[in-house]
Amino acid sequence: MNLFQIVLRNLRQHLLSTIITALSIALAGGLLMSIWSVKQQSEQTFTRVNSGFDAVLGARGSKLQLVLNSIFHLEASTGNLNQTDYDYIRRHPTVKRAIPIAVGDNLKGYRIVGTVPELFTDIEYAPHHTYTLREGKLFDPTKKEAVLGEFAAHQLQLNVGDTFHPFHGLAYDPRNQHPETYIVTGILKASNTPADKVIWIPLHGLQTMGGHDPKAANDISAILIQLRSPTSGFVLDLLYNKQGNRLTFAWPIGAIISDLFGKIGWFDKVLTLIAYLVALVSAAGVLVAIYNSMAARSRDIAILRSLGAHRRTILGTIVLEAATIGALGMILAFIFYFGILSLVSAIIRSQTGVMLNIFSFDFVMIWAPTTMIALCALGGLVPALKAYRADIASNLAPVS
Amino acid sequence: MSLLAIQSLKKSFVTPTGEKKVIVDIPHFLLEHAEQRALRGESGSGKTTFLHLIAGILAADEGSILIGQTDMARLSESERDRQRALSLGYIFQTFNLLQGYTCLENVLLGMSFAGKADKKRASEVLDRVGLSHRLNHYPRQLSTGQQQRVAIARALVNKPRLILADEPTGNLDPATSREALRLIRETCSETKAALLLVSHDSQVLSTFEGVQDFSLLNKASNEGGAK
Repeated sequence: MNLFQIVLRNLRQHLLSTIITALSIALAGGLLMSIWSVKQQSEQTFTRVNSGFDAVLGARGSKLQLVLNSIFHLEASTGNLNQTDYDYIRRHPTVKRAIPIAVGDNLKGYRIVGTVPELFTDIEYAPHHTYTLREGKLFDPTKKEAVLGEFAAHQLQLNVGDTFHPFHGLAYDPRNQHPETYIVTGILKASNTPADKVIWIPLHGLQTMGGHDPKAANDISAILIQLRSPTSGFVLDLLYNKQGNRLTFAWPIGAIISDLFGKIGWFDKVLTLIAYLVALVSAAGVLVAIYNSMAARSRDIAILRSLGAHRRTILGTIVLEAATIGALGMILAFIFYFGILSLVSAIIRSQTGVMLNIFSFDFVMIWAPTTMIALCALGGLVPALKAYRADIASNLAPVS
Repeated sequence: MSLLAIQSLKKSFVTPTGEKKVIVDIPHFLLEHAEQRALRGESGSGKTTFLHLIAGILAADEGSILIGQTDMARLSESERDRQRALSLGYIFQTFNLLQGYTCLENVLLGMSFAGKADKKRASEVLDRVGLSHRLNHYPRQLSTGQQQRVAIARALVNKPRLILADEPTGNLDPATSREALRLIRETCSETKAALLLVSHDSQVLSTFEGVQDFSLLNKASNEGGAK
């Protein structure tokens, strides 16, 4: 019998303790890996999401609010721009494309955004990816037609040919139903971007929805901008943010979102600290579990020694046993990891439309198990040293 | 040359009151190859300590314990462990089987630390002690007599030159005791291993031709030092 077989026997002999300790390691390891991975992936994914635009122009206000409202379809609008602002930026030499959007209505909490068909035909939301229809066709900008993002269509159970009445405001209130009836003409393929949870209708339709201020019939909420060159953003930044005081030019989008993650970085640190503490407590659990069993197994150790086992063999057996509990725990941790990540990913998708790739490799999948197993082995060293120092003769009772 | 030659062997312990107490003080002791010797001694006479010293479980304070050419008293602890695994078999009163291991595994474990684990050999020895049908049974599933037979098999499996038996029948009923003793003596004869058995049971001792009184052998007993 080799060392590892002896270790497996020991684990089997203390099966309940082994299972409970391994489960606590699994939970701690799964939590640690999930927190780390969600933090990394969210930051990487969200700073990449720009729906194919370099900048956003909106009413004077917070750049972050402007980006969240017009790119992520979260938060309230900073206010409106008029048609002249749109015409000016559209023709600006530094601007390649300008897509206007208007917000202000919803259907059961899903945002209705007015825009132009060029958003779907001319814009690559990610390199080499344009929005494509899963079924149906794009809306006619002159009619009361709608194209739904895949997630919104699924959640609202709407299909091509179905009709609906928009509701006023960004939050759903059944009392605020508009009289207009829209027909669903198309459903987009999932793009795993915020567009998936939006109901897209013609810009003019939203601007002229019954109950909206007729004086604002030409107003838009924001203009999504593609620049001709990355550096031309400086010109517009100077023009709108430094020289002007009526509009806000949010650029570059990735940096603004990155700034958001910077601001909430302390929260990540708290979560990570909690995960580290949980991991430490679990490793201490291995120490306690094995240490508590030492009294019961002191006789077994003495017998092994009487059969010729060296002190260092006994020490190695117990350290290996602790490391094995850690390894078993970390194998199980991946089940918790994928479970937690699937849940978090589903929540993020339902809130933002953005999909995290739960199966993508993260370095945490290497260092967390390695560290955890090493910590468990370290925890096992305490009872192992006790076993190392144990007196054989006194544990081989009775003495005659 | 004798198999076991002990000269001026001394072992003492420090009592809880800090007093140093000599437990074993044996000026001279010899055991020949394949000889079977019994030592008579009452509980607390230092017999177990004496066997532990021979087996290298305890380190001697003074003297020499020659097993063949090797002086156990001069070896380091890890060398004594190695010698114990290779050249000695030890049969305990309480069997000292590992409860989480089957009969076969208990015997195999005895071979592992000598670096010669061999399932076939372990099965053969268990067959010799009449347990071929209990190879995969755990100690708790066996009678006390059967457990002692596993312990005998474990002690013999490495073909040691010397078997130490410490009250090997102390936990058995008279009939089982006789059977266990017969088995120990027979198997030792078959393998030409020397046997040094300590007991206070007159029935056990009566089966030996040469019985030595441990209190006469151990000077510490005469001085009231042994525990």
